[in-house]
Amino acid sequence: MTADAKRAKTLPRQPMPEQAPCERAHNFREVALGYTAELACREAARCLQCKKPKCIQACPVEVDIPQFIARIREKDFLGAARILKEKNSLPAIAGRVCPQESQCESACILGKKAEPCAIGRLERFVADYERNAGKVQLPKIAPPVGLRVGVIGSGPAGLTLAGELVKHGFSVTVFEALHEPGGVLVYGIPEFRLPKDIVKAEVDYLRRLGVEFKPNYVIGKVATVDDLLQSGCDAVFIGTGAGAPLFLNIPGENLCGIYSANEYLTRSNLMKAYRFPDYSTPIARGKKVAVFGGGNVAMDSARTALRLGAEEVTVIYRRTKTEMPARAEELHHAEEEGVRFQLLTAPMAFLGNEGGWVRAVRCNPMRLGEADATGRRRPILIEGETLDIEIDTAIVAIGNRSNPLVPSTTAQLDLNRWGNIVADPDTGKTSRDRVWAGGDIVTGAATVILAMGAGRKAALDILRTFGVATADGVPAVA
Amino acid sequence: MYQVVARERLAPGIVSLRILAPDVARTHKAGQFVILRIDEFGERIPLTVADKDPGTGTITLIFQEVGKTTYELAELGPGSALLDLAGPLGRPTEVEKFGTTVSIGGGIGIPLLYPITKAFREAGNHVISILGARTKGLLVLEREMGAVSHVLRICTDDGSYGIHGFVTQELERMLKRGDPVDRVLGVGPVPMMRVLCELTRPYGIKTLVSLNPIMVDGTGMCGACRCEVDGKTVYACVDGPEFDGHQVNFDLLMKRLSMYKGQELISLEKHKERMRAPSGEARS
Repeated sequence: MTADAKRAKTLPRQPMPEQAPCERAHNFREVALGYTAELACREAARCLQCKKPKCIQACPVEVDIPQFIARIREKDFLGAARILKEKNSLPAIAGRVCPQESQCESACILGKKAEPCAIGRLERFVADYERNAGKVQLPKIAPPVGLRVGVIGSGPAGLTLAGELVKHGFSVTVFEALHEPGGVLVYGIPEFRLPKDIVKAEVDYLRRLGVEFKPNYVIGKVATVDDLLQSGCDAVFIGTGAGAPLFLNIPGENLCGIYSANEYLTRSNLMKAYRFPDYSTPIARGKKVAVFGGGNVAMDSARTALRLGAEEVTVIYRRTKTEMPARAEELHHAEEEGVRFQLLTAPMAFLGNEGGWVRAVRCNPMRLGEADATGRRRPILIEGETLDIEIDTAIVAIGNRSNPLVPSTTAQLDLNRWGNIVADPDTGKTSRDRVWAGGDIVTGAATVILAMGAGRKAALDILRTFGVATADGVPAVA
Repeated sequence: MYQVVARERLAPGIVSLRILAPDVARTHKAGQFVILRIDEFGERIPLTVADKDPGTGTITLIFQEVGKTTYELAELGPGSALLDLAGPLGRPTEVEKFGTTVSIGGGIGIPLLYPITKAFREAGNHVISILGARTKGLLVLEREMGAVSHVLRICTDDGSYGIHGFVTQELERMLKRGDPVDRVLGVGPVPMMRVLCELTRPYGIKTLVSLNPIMVDGTGMCGACRCEVDGKTVYACVDGPEFDGHQVNFDLLMKRLSMYKGQELISLEKHKERMRAPSGEARS
């Protein structure tokens, strides 16, 4: 073992500065404050600079992690940003919302004996440094290749693909159904986890590269995929996400005060209902709030409810914390802020008052049985006992299915039985000529970084298909 | 931005805005709506499209001043613009030659009824329209509706014009007389639509109503607009807004419409205060 490696193991992983839980539970400002340059350098010093790094393969977009960390060590933060952006066009976002613990950091050699290098925090630091310094550099844009691509949906998949193709001389138009580009990054993920100014900066960056954004443009209604192909688009990429909420399908679910997480978060994040009445969109400010589900969206909803002034927020989940799909960090943050957990409990019915508002949820205790197809232990109903939990607001965060608006208006587009578009995982190619797809509309609800990876792969395949040379000058082979 | 090209006050509290929105004007079909947002601070509200002119690329929105956003909207005129407007949304009205159709609407439901009635007429139906208002001065689009209807009946609650009574009473007289009716389309206040559906139910006349629940995105993403039809949950924004009135749970619709009553009042008060304040005051 080299001296460097020995030293790295003795250095502690630098903690992320955060707002105190008691304070942040009442505001919408970002929870994690980000590394200072000093903290970043200290953390970067821990990287082993492995000759055969495992972290790169564990990254869905294969960022050259040791290289960008090496630049941080040299205090060349802008150089680090350049390396990051070769593979990841949205590092400020990925640095905040990627599940690093199950990707790059899980493969970090340092993690075998000590805590892994905080790659995500370093990524965030570098991206923030570049943006705050006003030193965001525009990459070289290839001369126009005379090809036009229509991108449906402006979430992480669409933004990534748009960035890649515009750099290669494509003319790129992104169609967004909502009024603000960003998809789940603006309507779904709360301000306290991903400030909207950062998303806006990324979108503005793409605009400066030449990407055209068409908000308020609902593909499937005002135009179809075929319309785009017939009116000048050489290729179309569908990245519409998994934007149709699932409900529990239990009695009373349409009572007032019961939201899908999509609606609750959209009201708060996109419409800024948390700043009502300065912003006109209202949202129920419940005192006793129940959140159903155990993923990141459930945590986001619970923590939003706290910030909207709830006295008691309870996450109700059928299994135990071990089976929760939420990131450990999100769960930890929620617990720190005072979110309560009612585990091994399944909702059976909502009870309402005379005005049609929810007043309680009737639940049934559960126990864990054998593991199911996902490897998680299956919850089993314990017969004969029920429990009424008093609530005035409920948020259902049990997942999303694909929104049929685009698939149902596109002929000969193969779908799987869940309504997701069938696309080649390596290329994003669909059953339709000149149509690619990627992100949640293909995989079902997944992560931001996987959607970005899919956008990147589809962009590369589009370059290959049209015979456009990639950035490194290699002529792409179809 | 979506420029306002004309504004007209049709009646006390009822305003018509013509807006430049060429894509919507080109693709809109009867029964569909748009969602708009006035400015950065605004909420997204659905409004039905009363008319369109693909030639000039404009659409006409007619609405009643009821809350903060519609009051603000009514203050816009030529030279101002909406920040956002998305559409056309929702499914178009099912239009074919049914035989005799009855378009029945009250108050601010009439502007939505107009393009649908026009489409019924163009499809070769015998078109009867029954329009209602509280009083003569509140009746809108009488001339336009008259032009696309074979028979036009006007009802006012106070008897100041046309038949003294409710539109539903006039329909009831028609049904009792045994006038042939093949399809009814009703748009108006929820209580009116509910009564209307109870009237046609015993006759087995297919009756469609256009529902107006609270919406946010308008593309099936949030579920704010969920309604119950035939015991099943549907989204008015993508499955509707028109549904078989005999299957609609109107009670639920009424309750869900009142979900933000408190906040809506706060918003409206705040807006009125600002209107009273000396002009030029910055928005907080």
